[in-house]
Amino acid sequence: MAVITVERKPLTFLERTYLPQIAGGLATTFKHLIAPKKTLEYPEQRPAIPPGYRGVPTLVRDPNGREKCVSCQLCEFVCPPKAIRITPGEISADQTDRAHVEKAPQAFDIDMLRCIYCGLCQEVCPEEAIFLQNQYSMSGYTRAEMVNHKDKLYELGGTLPDQHYKWDQKKTAQDHGNAH
Amino acid sequence: MFDFFFQLHPVIQGLAKGLAVIMVIFPIAGACSMAERKVAAWIQDRPGPNRAIVPWVAWIPFLGKFLQRLGIFHVMADGGKMLFKEDSLPGHVNKFYFILAPIVAMIPALTTVTAVPFGAYFDSAGKVITLGLAPLDIGMLAVFAVSSLGVYSAILAGWASNSKYPFLGSVRASAQLISYELSMTLAVLPVFLWVNAPGLPGTMSFGRVVEFQSQPGFLGGMWFGFLMPLSAFIFLVALFAETNRQPFDTVESESDLVGSFHTEYGAFKWGLFFVAEYSHMIVGSGVFMLLFGGGWNPLPWVSLATAVDWLGAILPFAHAPLFVGVLSIAIFLGKTLAMIFFFMWVRWTLPRFRYDQVMKIGWQKMLPLSIANLLFYAIAIAVLQK
Repeated sequence: MAVITVERKPLTFLERTYLPQIAGGLATTFKHLIAPKKTLEYPEQRPAIPPGYRGVPTLVRDPNGREKCVSCQLCEFVCPPKAIRITPGEISADQTDRAHVEKAPQAFDIDMLRCIYCGLCQEVCPEEAIFLQNQYSMSGYTRAEMVNHKDKLYELGGTLPDQHYKWDQKKTAQDHGNAH
Repeated sequence: MFDFFFQLHPVIQGLAKGLAVIMVIFPIAGACSMAERKVAAWIQDRPGPNRAIVPWVAWIPFLGKFLQRLGIFHVMADGGKMLFKEDSLPGHVNKFYFILAPIVAMIPALTTVTAVPFGAYFDSAGKVITLGLAPLDIGMLAVFAVSSLGVYSAILAGWASNSKYPFLGSVRASAQLISYELSMTLAVLPVFLWVNAPGLPGTMSFGRVVEFQSQPGFLGGMWFGFLMPLSAFIFLVALFAETNRQPFDTVESESDLVGSFHTEYGAFKWGLFFVAEYSHMIVGSGVFMLLFGGGWNPLPWVSLATAVDWLGAILPFAHAPLFVGVLSIAIFLGKTLAMIFFFMWVRWTLPRFRYDQVMKIGWQKMLPLSIANLLFYAIAIAVLQK
């Protein structure tokens, strides 16, 4: 391998006085002085949220307005910091439009002081009922305020477009005698 | 119009003038702290402090918003905070000197203002009368003598704090201020050699220096900054060192000395150090402008008298002493503030010199350079003025 000896030139007189460098530095800082500012003034201006962002976990309804969660508790078990606490409950018989599922959460609490926004709950959910959506700013004055209860979770979640219509397809299949 | 003022007892006159000057210097020092934050922000591509606002100002439709964006009210918020904070006195300090130090910092900082003229007007005979608190004939000498007392505050504060960082900082402060004072003094000597031409009464006054820069002709109207660029440069560098500004703020270097001599200070006493530093900067900038920047002359080769004559063609009252006085003060203040902006601009451009570099530059570069400069100009002036 050829070795290239780089000649190290001694500093010239002007360089040793620092002055051209200082003038160059002043020019650079002056350019920034008059350049447009890059600050995002937060409460008034909000950052653009990229797709796939993991914000506050929320519960969503299906396009028919029905609650998707069947309280299988997979999210509760997978949650690394144990932030999720679900109390399962049965669906009463008079709710005919929800006869396709057996259970729904009676209570669904996510402690946002524990949540680490890892998204495992969203990943594990077989019903696609829990999503980490765009909200990133949670604040409260008490610890109790930082626990999101079921109604708050649905309020935050809203309705997301359904990719599969899992239960509708299942019902159609059942109506056709489950013939594959 | 102002006869009643001149009929007052001289002591009362002096008090009134002194109060007037303090009323100007203090707000400027406060505004400088704001300007510092704003310039810092702008250079770093940020908008800077722009939130605080007084409710009834917010009701003013356009101006209110503008003042808010400018961060005017942050000055008041900062000042108010500093005044009402608990003024703690650590248990391990020497209490007398600890309290004395910020006072000693303020006194020379404000005293130097008395010797600095800040404007001029022409009396009915066309004679230039400088505006200043004390039109001393030893102006420059007085400024040097009093401003160098400022180092005592750093030494006292560092020693009285009875802890290591303040002590190291005060040792640095005394060494740095003493080293740069030499080259600073030597740098202004050519100016006074030039001003004290043979046949004229000897003087160290700033008024005479400015008068020399407002003469007709190419050489007469030339500011000393152009005539003696090296002197101006050495004086400027020494000024940065004397006011402890970047790149010479080894005295305060927060990364290696926490806060140096004011580490143990808080609240109002710390605020006094702060205001003293800015007052030093204001006075230093003023002195630089008087000596090398033409004082209250608006442009090189355009003296105040010429400018007033030009304005006289448009404005009927341009020759009134009051107008000329205010105009000259405005020009001088503008130049001084521009100089302070330069201080801030440099602060966000250059990194801090190491302490050994500061000493090396001071003793091995600036001092020989200023001596050579003095010799060169002494010979040149001797030849020119014979």
